Amino acid sequence: MEKKCLLTIVALGLVCAIGLVPSVVAHAQDNVEFMRDRGIDENNTAPGIVKQKTDKGRFIRNYRQQPPLIPHRIDQYEIDKKVNQCMRCHDWPYNVTENAPKISETHYTNREGQALDHIARTRWFCTQCHVPQADAPELVPNTFKPLERKQ
Amino acid sequence: MGNEKKKKADGKKGGATEVSPIRALWRMLRRPSGHYALGTLLVAGAIGGVLFWGGFNWAMEMTNTETFCLSCHEMERNVYREYKETIHYNNRTGVRATCPDCHVPKEWFHKIMRKIQASNELYHHFLGTIDTREKFEAKRLQLAGNVWRVMKKTDSRECRNCHSFDYMELLMQEKRARDRHVDAIEQGKTCIDCHKGIAHQLPEGAYELERTITEAFHKKKEDEGSFGGDMAP
Repeated sequence: MEKKCLLTIVALGLVCAIGLVPSVVAHAQDNVEFMRDRGIDENNTAPGIVKQKTDKGRFIRNYRQQPPLIPHRIDQYEIDKKVNQCMRCHDWPYNVTENAPKISETHYTNREGQALDHIARTRWFCTQCHVPQADAPELVPNTFKPLERKQ
Repeated sequence: MGNEKKKKADGKKGGATEVSPIRALWRMLRRPSGHYALGTLLVAGAIGGVLFWGGFNWAMEMTNTETFCLSCHEMERNVYREYKETIHYNNRTGVRATCPDCHVPKEWFHKIMRKIQASNELYHHFLGTIDTREKFEAKRLQLAGNVWRVMKKTDSRECRNCHSFDYMELLMQEKRARDRHVDAIEQGKTCIDCHKGIAHQLPEGAYELERTITEAFHKKKEDEGSFGGDMAP
């Protein structure tokens, strides 16, 4: 009796599992198709090439703390252990001769709060926060709005 | 050597027929030709001259190719790989400026001078002065400085083989570039004043050296001006 019961349970379980398989696969495919335009076993089409547009002037910031966007191309600029080419225009005193915006004073302070005469190494890699501006719509629609500025 | 001396001595003594080959050639060259017609000599000379000059130029052009430059691993491993990432190698139009386009002058005299200087580079190649990346990085500031100084002195002559302020359509440039170029024309700046590190990576301390070079250049110009200008009698 006990043996029969166990067998029935196992058989039922197997039937359920087999029944589930197609639905799981279909679900996975649906989800994958949401991100891919081809089947799993095929190569996706490459995304289109978007040229950066820099002729519209500077974008305004969306919220107070947003790192300002870069209104020009930077793809050939070198930022590494040895040099930071952004600093050739945006560091003092070059910002005066090159008529460029100076990096914020906060960038001259190290993590101990010491004021330095050069950019702090914690701020060295500009592109960690600042990115070139591009006319790119949101990938996911959202309703974000910054706080109203008190006049 | 001793043998030659002996021979010379013999010649003096007895006026014998045995003369050293060098001496014989020298005698032949010094004596007017009594054997060949002047026309033959002229034609042979002309053909010989063309062959010699052609061969010389051909050999020099052989050393003026990217393949030749890259035959030294110092060039291939360091500067060439960096240059491959930049606009002068990798661009939409398929026009390329190769090593000699920027680093060897086009005019004959300057080209020969540069080629003579290059013997120093060969010397250091065989010494192994920059035969590893670390050695090269340690020397990079000095080497870059050499090129910058020359370009500043020659008013970026090699850049101007292709680029010229006169033919730039400023209106087609990005505003940032346009404003900068207008200023540069007014102030009499040269390409290398701003466009450093466009084909190779910059060395550490590049901007300090840049200031030193610019200041030294202007000081030298001022000094020359005061000697040759109003103060001159």
